[in-house]
Amino acid sequence: MEGIVKDFPGVRALDHVDFIVNRGEIHGLLGENGAGKTTLMSVLCGLYRAEAGNVYLHDSNSNSEKEVVISTPRDAIVCGVGMVHQHFRLVQSQTVLENCILGIQGSNLVVDYNAIENDIIELGKKYGMEINPEAYIWELSVGEQQRVEILKMLYRDAEILIMDEPTAVLTPQEARLLGETMKRMAIEGKTIVFITHKLDEVIEFTHRSTVLRDGKNVSTVETGNTTKRELANFMVGRDVVFSIVRPNISPGNYVLEMRGVSVYDSRGVQALKDIDIDVKSGEIIGVAGVSGNGQKELAEVATGLVGCNNGSIYIGGQDMRGCSVDGFIKAGVSHIPGDRIGVGLAGNLPVSDNLILKSYQIKEICGGLLFNKRFVDEYVDRLIDEYEVVTPGRDTLARNLSGGNQQKIVLAREIESTYRCYDDARLIVAVYPTRGLDVGATEFVRSRLVQQCSEGAGILLVSDDLEEIVAISSRIAVMYSGFIVDVVQADCVTLEDLGMLMAGESL
Amino acid sequence: MQTVDIAFWASVLSIAMAAGTSLVYATVGEIFAEKSGVLNLGVEGMMIMGAVSGFAAAYHSGNILAGVVTGSMVGGLMALIHCFVTITLLADQVVSGLAITLLGGGLASFLGQRLGVDGTPLVGLIGPRLLQIRIPYLSDIAYIGDVLFNRDIMTYSLYIVVPLVAFYIRRTRPGLFLRAVGENPQAADVMGVDVVKCRYFYTVIGGVFAGLGGVHLSLSYTPGWTESITGGRGWIAVALVIFATWDPIRSVVGALLFGGVNAIQFRMQAIGTNVPAALLNMLPYLLTIVVLVIITYFEGLRKKVGAPDALGLPYIREERV
Ligand SMILES: Nc1ncnc2c1ncn2[C@@H]1O[C@H](COP(=O)(O)OP(=O)(O)O)[C@@H](O)[C@H]1O
Ligand SMILES: [Mg+2]
Repeated sequence: MEGIVKDFPGVRALDHVDFIVNRGEIHGLLGENGAGKTTLMSVLCGLYRAEAGNVYLHDSNSNSEKEVVISTPRDAIVCGVGMVHQHFRLVQSQTVLENCILGIQGSNLVVDYNAIENDIIELGKKYGMEINPEAYIWELSVGEQQRVEILKMLYRDAEILIMDEPTAVLTPQEARLLGETMKRMAIEGKTIVFITHKLDEVIEFTHRSTVLRDGKNVSTVETGNTTKRELANFMVGRDVVFSIVRPNISPGNYVLEMRGVSVYDSRGVQALKDIDIDVKSGEIIGVAGVSGNGQKELAEVATGLVGCNNGSIYIGGQDMRGCSVDGFIKAGVSHIPGDRIGVGLAGNLPVSDNLILKSYQIKEICGGLLFNKRFVDEYVDRLIDEYEVVTPGRDTLARNLSGGNQQKIVLAREIESTYRCYDDARLIVAVYPTRGLDVGATEFVRSRLVQQCSEGAGILLVSDDLEEIVAISSRIAVMYSGFIVDVVQADCVTLEDLGMLMAGESL
Repeated sequence: MQTVDIAFWASVLSIAMAAGTSLVYATVGEIFAEKSGVLNLGVEGMMIMGAVSGFAAAYHSGNILAGVVTGSMVGGLMALIHCFVTITLLADQVVSGLAITLLGGGLASFLGQRLGVDGTPLVGLIGPRLLQIRIPYLSDIAYIGDVLFNRDIMTYSLYIVVPLVAFYIRRTRPGLFLRAVGENPQAADVMGVDVVKCRYFYTVIGGVFAGLGGVHLSLSYTPGWTESITGGRGWIAVALVIFATWDPIRSVVGALLFGGVNAIQFRMQAIGTNVPAALLNMLPYLLTIVVLVIITYFEGLRKKVGAPDALGLPYIREERV
């Protein structure tokens, strides 16, 4: 690809980007959130039309590069380009098989299910991705759905496979398996573009990699000749602090106390069992555990989204029994939800509305019935500036921002909405706050949380990144099947110990 | 006593078949459109335009086929407007559909006053009509023979069209693509299915079917043109799609039920039971709500038979998902 330019309303997402991938290699494509990785690959697979630039592909007939015009997804398929999108593009109500043959014009009008079924099983065997072709997509786990995405590209003989952050949704084991699969595909002669944030994976899986920043080329390197630190510097454009120290202030008053809390979920299963936990001002309590062991419910109870069936909750010493979510917010609780797009933001509203979503009761913002437009604009611009949100403007729709910038909006709103009113008794419940973020944004979010903590907030940090938890928490509560199995001091615990506790064993 | 009962139900079914034919056409058409993700609330307008234009064409040419063709084309043209507004211009499907229903109603009434001989009204004119064709032997079967095999050609066509459509949607490649476009246009698009073309095509087909439904009213069920000849049947068709859970075969059951309600009511009063008419008229809608509740409540069921996921949503390729 050569000189690719792509504009979106208000932003130049790609600015004369060149991108060269050799045949049969695994090529890493790196960059911060919003660097333009997805956009570049979407141009290649015909989803986006570039303003300028040319695409050349290997032509096996003449055994040389040939310019191609890819203006629809269909063109891309014909050229042998297939993309596994970050948000899967599968028809949930159809089977694996039906998803695989979608768009293929067969000679026969009526689908010959048996023959195709065998083909898919064969293909699955060949690449070590076995899957039942008759299963409906909605019955499959995320990892299995991803395999379907890959299979459907292989089924139509894609030569170039683009994987957009495939490991973001996988467990470490699944990610390793995917790595094996990619290697196997490369050996079979396929060319793979692998987009990721995780530098370990780049080092481990790729042959070469290209780094983008702000829609521009930074560099392309042989992965063998580089280091994680160098790649991170390329991505962010400055030295990255890999470790943020936990705040070192002595804890103050209780901001959150839970005593004997139990919760039943909608199916009547007990999701939280007799939970005792407390968070003091100036303290970060990490919550570790294999996902699905009650962390989600714990966060929901602490923010008032779910009422507890038994036990009691105090925020800043105040009994919260029977309080609505509004009551929790008024008591000084901020919530950074795990599902940032579904819960954290109103994607179809502009950045500005999202930022004041929780502050509309503040006098200066909304005096009576009407918003004070001038004040809101100033307020919003200040937050955009302070929280380094990269956006074309305050009127851009939130869903059009990259993940890192979306998270910064959530962070800004949650911190600022309580900041001015509750200096001492503030609780921030942060759920997977850095999930899917690049190194730069991750660093930003963590340091802001730590800063809040040293200014007196208490933080309940639910995360699946153990290193993150160990790095910034003061104490760590480990959850297993609805219980808190142990609470340990963060500075004297090893990752192995945590792993044991998370598996339900005691130390 | 027993024979009376059977004869009673046979006559109810017979009326239900006559009344239900236009409903089946309109419903099958709407199923096509909705399966591709386009909600078409303009069915009522398309039907009534089909009815008026079909009758006028048949009256002036004296040729029933000309009427059928004209009515279906006009339905298709109305749908084309809906396509352009919602698929190309990305306007709201509900608003566009309602507008087309209003437009169709007004335009049909306008045309009805002018399309007669030398610009006189169509009302009261007697034109050609679809004749009932008695199929030898089959129609002699006791009770149901006369109900099933003494009908007009448009009803007979449905005996073939409905199973064919069901098979097409369920088992063929284009049917699979159609379903995919309605469920997840993003997925269909990256697999090389032309979402825009597909939606245009099936929505227009849907309009053609709605037009045919209207034609059947003015050429067979209640021959001639009267204002508001459709009497809300387009809306019933929209409800029927839900009742039938987007399945053409089940839509026949629904159409017979809706079509039969009036018949039952009439006959019941003759026998002497006194169920209020309003209550009976309400029955089909009530059942539609029940079906809606059931498929919404049971998640597994919803995934199998529920509304297409992308129903009513415009598709823009460069939009972020
Ligand atoms: N469909 C779109 N509409 C508007 N803006 C977009 C769209 N897709 C991407 N952008 C913008 O283009 C830039 C690059 O985004 P993207 O390619 O998704 O980044 P990456 O994949 O590297 O995280 C971002 O600033 C983003 O806001
Ligand atoms: Mg991306």
